[in-house]
Parts: sequence; structure tokens; C-alpha cells
Amino acid sequence: MNRFMLPLGIFVLLAVVLALGIRHSPEKGLIASPLLGKPAPQFSLPSLTDPVRPVRSQDLKGHWYLFNVWGTWCAECRAEHEMLLQVRRAGVVPLIGLDWKDDDAQAREWLQQLGDPYQSIAVDRSGRTAIDWGVYGAPETFLVSPQGIVVYKHIGALTEEVWTRQILPRVTGSPATRS
Amino acid sequence: MDAPDPAARDGLAGNPLVMARVVRLVVLAVGLAIAAGAWAVDPTQLSDPKLQARYVALTHELRCMQCQNESLADSPVDLAADLRREVRDLLLAGKSDEEIRNWMAARYGDFILFRPRYSLRNAWLWSAPAVLLLIGAWTGWRIVRQRTTLLPADQEPVDEDGYNR
Amino acid sequence: MLPELGHFALILALLLAALQAFFGIGGAALGRERWMAAVTPAVAGQAVMVATAVACLIAAFVSDDFSVVYVAENSNTALPLFYRVSALWGAHEGSLLLWIMLLAGWTVAVAIGASRLPARFAARVLGVLGVVSFGFLLFTLATSNPFVRLDPPAPDGRDLNPILQDPGLAIHPPILYTGYVGFAVAFAFASAAMLEGRLDQNWARWTRPWTTSAWAFLTCGIALGSFWAYYELGWGGFWFWDPVENASFMPWLVGTALVHSLAVTDKRGLFKSWTLLLAILAFSLSLLGTFLVRSGVLVSVHSFAADPTRGIFILAFLVVMIGGALALYAWRAPLLKSTAGFELGARESFLLFNNVLLVIAAATVFAGTLAPLISDALKLGTLSVGPPYFNPTFMLSMLPLLALLSVGIHANWKRGRLGDKARTLLYTFVAAAVLACGVVFGLYSHGHILTPIAMTLGIWILLSSLVDPVDRWRRGLSMSRGVLGMTIAHIGLALAVIALTAVQSFTVERDVALAPGDTASVGGYEFRFQGVRPVEGANFDAMGATLVVTRGGRQVAVMQPQKRRYWVQQQVTSETAIRFDRGNNILLALGEDLGAGRWSVRVQIRPLVSLIWIAAFIMAVGGALAASDRRYRTARAGAPEPATATARQPG
Repeated sequence: MNRFMLPLGIFVLLAVVLALGIRHSPEKGLIASPLLGKPAPQFSLPSLTDPVRPVRSQDLKGHWYLFNVWGTWCAECRAEHEMLLQVRRAGVVPLIGLDWKDDDAQAREWLQQLGDPYQSIAVDRSGRTAIDWGVYGAPETFLVSPQGIVVYKHIGALTEEVWTRQILPRVTGSPATRS
Repeated sequence: MDAPDPAARDGLAGNPLVMARVVRLVVLAVGLAIAAGAWAVDPTQLSDPKLQARYVALTHELRCMQCQNESLADSPVDLAADLRREVRDLLLAGKSDEEIRNWMAARYGDFILFRPRYSLRNAWLWSAPAVLLLIGAWTGWRIVRQRTTLLPADQEPVDEDGYNR
Repeated sequence: MLPELGHFALILALLLAALQAFFGIGGAALGRERWMAAVTPAVAGQAVMVATAVACLIAAFVSDDFSVVYVAENSNTALPLFYRVSALWGAHEGSLLLWIMLLAGWTVAVAIGASRLPARFAARVLGVLGVVSFGFLLFTLATSNPFVRLDPPAPDGRDLNPILQDPGLAIHPPILYTGYVGFAVAFAFASAAMLEGRLDQNWARWTRPWTTSAWAFLTCGIALGSFWAYYELGWGGFWFWDPVENASFMPWLVGTALVHSLAVTDKRGLFKSWTLLLAILAFSLSLLGTFLVRSGVLVSVHSFAADPTRGIFILAFLVVMIGGALALYAWRAPLLKSTAGFELGARESFLLFNNVLLVIAAATVFAGTLAPLISDALKLGTLSVGPPYFNPTFMLSMLPLLALLSVGIHANWKRGRLGDKARTLLYTFVAAAVLACGVVFGLYSHGHILTPIAMTLGIWILLSSLVDPVDRWRRGLSMSRGVLGMTIAHIGLALAVIALTAVQSFTVERDVALAPGDTASVGGYEFRFQGVRPVEGANFDAMGATLVVTRGGRQVAVMQPQKRRYWVQQQVTSETAIRFDRGNNILLALGEDLGAGRWSVRVQIRPLVSLIWIAAFIMAVGGALAASDRRYRTARAGAPEPATATARQPG
């Protein structure tokens, strides 16, 4: 073992680190949320559909809900809409929408045209609430427990696989959860 | 991944059929205009130059989470404007730089910070340059000493072709 | 039809690369003349096949052949012709093809120059290059085939990323890659020496021009990238320590060390194993850079689409090439000893510290770039590293280097003995300090503590570099190209230091809110805002502002920054208006609509920015000039082979 073997040794270590990096890489572009395991941010925002009663996070305590951030300007949100309607039909977890930096009239028209999967929709015109949830690109969906803890976050359009593999198991408490 | 852009939104196309409807629309328009003024970032200097300097420094140190390789100061997207506004509001509320960084990191994770935290976990990173310099200086010194001792025995001429090169 | 031809050509190229590698390395190892003679035709054949493939892909772009997936993803009928050609390297698959093409180009050049080299050595060099080509071609064909077809063909393409639709795009990647790939030649020379089991001063002499010219190209490539980012991204930044920027900067730093280390090995037969290691390291960093950009392990504004399969393949390739080379190194390097001596004040000593500091700088950049990855892999949590880390740590190793440079270029080989020179150097130092303080405190009023220091060092290098040339000119003596090239390169560096110091310290930047008719006063200039109106472009819509810029009553310019939205990809970009006036760069970027006709505008006044890239170009010219020195093509006259004699002595 002479000092000339040192570069090779260092390289082997590096290769191991890079290999580990690749293994983690599917999630690389999607930053892990610091909210996981923490209480969901509190909010009280006007409702898109109900002019009198605001949508408040404290009203949502006590049962599971999916917090879905979307906007009519977001192409991928349109793509996931069908999936959201499916979630609604399943009737297992209610969808609470956050209409992010959008135009109210356009949002209502969009829901009228495509269908409304949401139990209620909060309107975030300033973007402040989205920031509190750590949103950086729609669509994003959060799963919140009855105790008000953020349990899972999905970035991008909601898919069948995420619904069945990640969300349902957590809600129903079945052991099929894969992290 | 999409994000809001003001240019994408349609303006209000007033449709004055009924007086009441007109009034409602006007009220709405005025309300929106006032609201737009309220939360659009006024980018002119913060009145206190010290706060302004901190604002500039902080917005350069925070990552735009959407473009991900631009700072908040430089990014043209809406999210960056929103986050800049937050920094401004937090500064005006009297928060310290560290509190503002923590506020951002609590929502977006340490990834939003361009300056790695000074923590025990990151000690290896921050100390690496100094450690490397020490090792380099020591190695260099050792080699020079070794070669200096070889000097008397080395009688080969150095060819000075050209000029000392 | 043509895409299939291109695909077929790539397959043939793969086979020819394999033959090139086999006959080159095998033929030299076994001493088979016929095998070694087959190498050059293999090189030529591979180059022809690669050129054919490239031509087919260009044809597909130009003819809007959207049945080819790569064309459909990166082009569009509305895309101007110029960008349809340059879109060739706009994404992963095409950029790999560019790599392969440039590698074939360098290989051909080496094959032509090989007539001056011993036959077995040349065969080995070309053989190793063949191995590299083979790896890249295999990777391309297996995971990143640019000729994959789309059935049915797309009606129209997804358009080239708007950020890439800029003239800078056409030049930056090819030149950058020429540099990147060029270090493969030094790598091949090093590998050949290791396979041969010996390394002498002649070897260093042969390797120098190839290394220096690759370095020159890389310098230009990096400068172009920085220049392009400055003009295109619009926030006045020209270097962001982005992982992909770092991926090109690390090979540059190590390449610079290599160029200097080769000088010592050439001149005195010293640092042989170190030079070998640097040659391996420079190319390894090029390969690593390729890996980082394409595997998705790092987040970057430059990254190509992340794909773990590709990542694994490249990693395997890295392990074979770099691991193989380092294993060879561990085996052969112990044989390379020298008994030459030198003292502390000698040129060798300065070059030693030059190397140490450059490698430390590269290691620091490496640590910062890979820190997120390392931290994640070792479960130390997520980490993010940006300019607040890189700037101070880089300067920590660079400032000592700059200080040593001015003295080092005057040191004699073997024995220091500055003699009379010491006094001249002292005078130049004082002059530099005076000038620097004059500039820093006189022309501009503020600065950091480091500003006058860095400025002094920059000016000192400039003055010190001129001492010898001026002296020789006065005595009517000439300078060899090598020395002249070195002088020019160092002057380029000095200018870059001066420019960077000025930009970092004296830039004025303000965001202002303006209504039509308002005037803002920033950095000695007045900006009168005339409002914003919609603009329609070739493949975008925009809001364009008009501002009239004056200074002390004199009109400087009318500037029109825009905020654009490209139709197809719906991306919003900011087009900064940039003007040059009396050594300053004025930048205007349109910000947000504040309502009621008011808009926010960012104003930046940046002094001496353009000098940065001019300086980099000067450095490259110096390098090119040095590389062309004819001395490198002639073997050392008269000298026995001291290295081999020494190598056989017990270590």
C-alpha cells in the first residue's frame, strides 16, 4: 500500500457516493418538504364558491384531507383534473383546493367546464398562504392527518400510482405504504 | 411545472348591460386595483439604507425555488417577487437576518439558502479550504526541503534555450 | 431514410472505434507492426462515420423532420434556420454527438501529428483515444440515440428552449466541448506513457502543445458561456458557481496546473508522477462534468433532463476509464523518480506552489459542488451551496497565487538568484500599489478591504510581466513563441483580475419604480421612462419598455428591455437591454407591472465588465501562441534519456 494508490482509493469512495446519488435521484428535482411531520400551516381565506364563509384550516381538523394547490394558468393542473375527480368519486378523502394567484371568474368557469372535485376552495390571491405551505410550482398536493399534521407531499400532477401507493395506505392505515 | 404569470390573466372586460352589474364591476375593478397596489412589490429603496442593504444581501442569498439556480434578487418569475415581498415585510417587522433565513427554511427547507449553515454538520465543508491549504503548504514545504538537499549532488546543466525558460 | 443512415453510421463508428482501440493498444503491446498500421485508417474511418451521422441529424433539423424524436423535442417550424442547426446540441443526445464529433476531430489531429512520435507510443495514444470514443459511442447508441423515430410524426416540434435561442448558443458549446474533449489527448498521452512504463522529458515536450491548446479552447468556452449568461439571463451576473459552470471550471483549474507542471517536467524532468496524475485528473473532471449534467444528481439551470439509467451508464464508464487509469498510475508511478534538485527561491518552487494552490482551488470547488450530493448520501441532511461559499473560499487560494505570480516569472530554474531583478520587482510592486489605490479611491469612492489588495496584485502582475519583454525589446532581442505566449497569457490574467475586482466592488445596482415620464438617477446616469407597450416577435409576445439614458445632459442611448413569453413553451424570460458607455456597462431589466402604467425597472451600472471576457480571450491567445512554439515538435537535442536511466535505479 503506497501513496500512489491514494488517488484510486479516493476515486472509489467518490464512485460510491455518486452511485448513492443516482439511487436517490428520482426525487432530486423535487425538494423534500420541511413540513413533513409538522403541523399544517394555519390559514383563513375567502372561498371561491361561498361568498360568506371563509375556508379555514381549523375547521378541517379532525379528519384527513388533501390540500391541492392549483390555478387555471397551470397546464399540468388541467392534466391532473381527471384524477382529482376520481378522488372525489372515491369519497375516501375530501379535496380542499387552493386557487393560487388566479382569476376568480376564470376559476369558476374552469370548474364549471371540467367539474368540481373540491369540498371547498380557498382563494390565495397574494400567494402568502402558498408560501407558508412551501409551494413553488403548481400542482402540489399535501395529505394532512386528522391531527393536522402534514403527512405526505406530492409535487406535480396527481397520478393513479401516487393515490393508490402513497395516499390511500396512509389514510386507511394499511401497511402497503412505501416511502 | 407551471407558475402564475400576470400576463396570462385576462383583464376585466366590462359588459355594461345593467346598471347594478356595472356598479358591481366598477367596485370590483377599483378593489382589485387597490389590492394590486397593496401587494405588488414596491421595489424602490427601503427607507432605511441599512435595511435596504440587508434586503439586497438577503435576496441575493436566497434561492428562487422555481428557477432554482437564480437568486431571489435576480429571478423574473412571480414566485420570486412574492418571496421578495416577504423578505421586505419581515425586515420591516424587525426580524433579524437569521430569523428571516429560518422563516424561509421552515417553509422550503435548507435548499433555499445559498450559504450553507454554519453548523457542526457542515463543518467539513466550511473547514475544507483551510485544511487543504494547511496540507498543501506542508506538502509543498516538504518537497522543497527534499529537493534542496538534492541540489549539491545535481550537476546537470539547465539548458537555457531562449531566455531562462 | 437519412436518420437511419445516421444511425447506421454511428454503429459503424462504434465498430471502428473498437478496432482503433484494439489495434492501437494490442498492437503496441505485442509489437505487431501490421496491427499498429491499421490504427490510422480506423481513425479516419471513424471520423468519416461520425461526420456522416452529424450531417444526417443536421439535415433532419433543417428539413423539419419531426418524425425524429430529438428534432420534435428541440425544434419547431417557427424556429429560425440558424437555431435549427444549433439546436443540434441543445439537448442531451445531440450534445453527446457533438462530444463524439469533437473527439474524432482531436483524434484525427493527433494522428496527423503522430508522424513525429515513435510508432508504438503513437499507436498507444490513438488506441486510448479509441477506448474513449468507444465508450461515448456505446453510451449514445445504448441510451441516448438521437435518431429514434416518432411514429406517427409530430405535427410540429416543441421548440428549442427559448433561453438557448441566442447567437451565443451557437458558439459556446462547441468551443467549450473542444476544450473539454481536448484534455482526452493529454489523458491519452499519459495513459500511453503508463502503458509503456516510462516517461521522459520528450514525453512532456510532445504533450505540451496538445494540453495548452485544449486549455486555450476551454478558456474561450468558459468565457463565452459567462458572456452569454451575462447578455442573455439579464441579471448582470456572469458567474454563478452553478454546478455545470463548476463542471467546466474544475478541469480548467487542473488544466492550468497541468500546463505549468508540464513545463517543469519538460525542463527538468521533475514532477513526473504528479504531471501524470494531473493529466488523468483533468480529463476525469471533464468526464465527471459530463456525468453531473446528465444524471440528475444535481440541480442546475443548465442540466439536461435527468435520467438515472443514463447516470448509471456514465458512472460505469467513469469507473472503467478513471479507475483504470488510476490503477495504472498506482502501478507505474512509483517507477518515476528523479534526482534533480532546486532551492526555495527557484522557478520550480514557484510552480510547485502554483500547482498546489490551483489544485486546492479545484478541490474547494469540487467540495462545494458535490456537497449536496455527499451530504445527502451520508444522511447528513439537505445542503445547498452557492456563491456565499464559493466566492470567499476561492479567493482564499487565489490571492496567494496571484501574489506569487509576479515574482515567480522572474525566478531562475534550479537556483533562485533574483539578483538585480529584486529591485525592479520592488519598484513594480510600489507602482502597482500606487496605481491601484489611485483607481480604487480616486476614481471610485468605495470598496472592500480586499479591493485595493486585489487591484494591486492585478496591476503588479501586469507590470511584472512586461519587465522582461520591454527589456528584451530594448536590447533588440527576440522572444520565443513559448515565452511570448506565456507573457500574453499572464497579462490576460492580470487584466481579468483588474476587471473582476472593479466589477465586484464598484457595481451600482438599484430597483426603481417608474411611471411614464419619470426619471431615475443611478450611478451618474439619468433614466427617463417612456412607458411600456406590447411587442410581437418571431416566436414570442413581449411587453417592451423604452428608456432614454443621459449623462450630464448628453444622450447616451435609448434602451428597450423586454419581458417575453415564448408561444410554444410558454416560458417567460427577461430580455435585458445592455449598452456600453465609456468603460461602463449599463443594464436595464424590466421587472413587474405595478399597475396604473408603473413598472419596476432594475438598473445596473457595471464598470469594466467587458474587460473580463477580453482578458480571457487574451489568455487563450497567449496559450495558442505558446502551443505553436516549434520547439515542442523537436526532441531534446543531445540529452540522454535521464528519466529511463533513473527509473531503473532503486527508488
